[in-house]
Amino acid sequence: MPVLHPGGGTDTGPAAESRPPAGQPRTTLPADGKIVLGGDEIRRALTRVAHEILERTDGAADVILLGIPTRGVPLARRLAARLTQVEGRTAPFGSLDITMYRDDLRLRPARALGHTDVPASGIDGKIVVLVDDVLYSGRTVRAALDALGDLGRPRAVQLAVLVDRGHRELPIRADYVGKNLPTSQREMVQVLLTEVDGQDAVVLGEGGQQEAGQTRAGHTGAGHAASAHPTADHTAADHTAADHTGGGQ
Amino acid sequence: MIRHLISAADLSREEALLILDTAGELAQMADRPIRKLPTLRGRTVVNLFYEDSTRTRISFEAAAKRLSADVINFSAKGSSVAKGESLKDTALTLEAMGADAVVIRHPASGAPHRLAGWVRGSVLNAGDGTHEHPTQALLDAYTMRSRLGRLEGLRVTIVGDVLHSRVARSNVLLLHTLGAEVTLVAPPTLLPVAVGGWPCEVSYDLDAELPKSDVIMMLRVQAERMNAAYFPTVREYSRRYGLDGDRMGTLPEHAIVMHPGPMNRGVEIAASVADSARSTIVEQVANGVSIRMAVLYLMLGGAEATA
Repeated sequence: MPVLHPGGGTDTGPAAESRPPAGQPRTTLPADGKIVLGGDEIRRALTRVAHEILERTDGAADVILLGIPTRGVPLARRLAARLTQVEGRTAPFGSLDITMYRDDLRLRPARALGHTDVPASGIDGKIVVLVDDVLYSGRTVRAALDALGDLGRPRAVQLAVLVDRGHRELPIRADYVGKNLPTSQREMVQVLLTEVDGQDAVVLGEGGQQEAGQTRAGHTGAGHAASAHPTADHTAADHTAADHTGGGQ
Repeated sequence: MIRHLISAADLSREEALLILDTAGELAQMADRPIRKLPTLRGRTVVNLFYEDSTRTRISFEAAAKRLSADVINFSAKGSSVAKGESLKDTALTLEAMGADAVVIRHPASGAPHRLAGWVRGSVLNAGDGTHEHPTQALLDAYTMRSRLGRLEGLRVTIVGDVLHSRVARSNVLLLHTLGAEVTLVAPPTLLPVAVGGWPCEVSYDLDAELPKSDVIMMLRVQAERMNAAYFPTVREYSRRYGLDGDRMGTLPEHAIVMHPGPMNRGVEIAASVADSARSTIVEQVANGVSIRMAVLYLMLGGAEATA
């Protein structure tokens, strides 16, 4: 009997922005990974983004921060704390799981759901700021917009990301960017956060992705392999490990 | 995820917990303005019911519709089955129509297992004869976990017509997988011969078990499946194995009372017990939709599970 991939697995490649198994720390760093942002730089970037949000939303009176699991959630919490610090008013935050709205569900075994937790005040008439760690293809954000539509009708939706690595496949852009990180599609970007991974860092890796991509493509089944570009993705390493453990198909 | 769900024993501990966790996330949806997810758009789920059912069929139908799947309801009455069509021919017809999943309830134990060999889609057992009813066991486990906070080490007492109960068998198997301790209580005539091989305890004395139970699950006396006299009178059965207000009083403070439905009030369960705050009977129905959404999502939502 085919085996389930517990934890849902992640996706690689431009077909979708990758998403690690919910709540699992990233233990596999790229072999020759290079830290492009350290803890202090992440802290400063978030502080600047928080100030930009205050400026652009007239003091963030109606703002709700919604993080996309896994790593968007602690980022939303950190931004909310900064907004509170600066403005002295509590900024509501929550999480928005987008798994059920993804456009690539059929490409991978069914994955575990993340947690959705919207502040009790609801999102109608509010300014929702979506928060995620890496902006890549834009497909996660597209799914998040659909998910929001089923929850209510915000007055406006904005997007804040820690890292924008380019290679968009949809007409989507971020309103607030912690760091623009030009990458090639062969590279992978991993964001590590203390709450999940035990440390704060953004790591850029170079090695092994091609192989990881091929492993995955072979694994996804012939029908989809053709559409899998030589892939790069910030969790390709995790992903390969997951593939190997679940390889009983 | 597993391709077919025929028996509760098909599920490993990890898979069962993934279903319960997924159902927990999906249960939140009930409070939203739009209770629909686009996840199974374009997929077809066939409800193939050879036996009467209200809650299970409606529950599966609601679950599939909330995930945006197309649902085809097929009941043996008013179909070609009444003209003598065999299960296999019906299955091939469904196959030709492109069913991604077939939810089957059948009076013959083992019918879903046979069906799984004939169709390409997933088969979900919604109750086969006196064999199994795995989604009921999953929703029962979910209800226990949400009320009592855990399953590991929970003492569950299942009382009544175990012999004819697919709910009891599925619950014993699943709860054992999840680390709960199950005790079956029934008159000897209403226990299966092979019950000694089940991963559970057996007792004939309800009053002795009540004070040590965290969960008490009452089963319906399935008169329609009884072809012999299993106990002298309904009244005597009710006196010895029915749960009334006095018996409920001997349960621990935190214990809950469950019933898979439909109930025979006044036989296995007193009306005052069924309507008490300890009773989870209505909750079980609501949880059933979440559990079936979780199962459908995990079985149909991802890539084809075939190699």
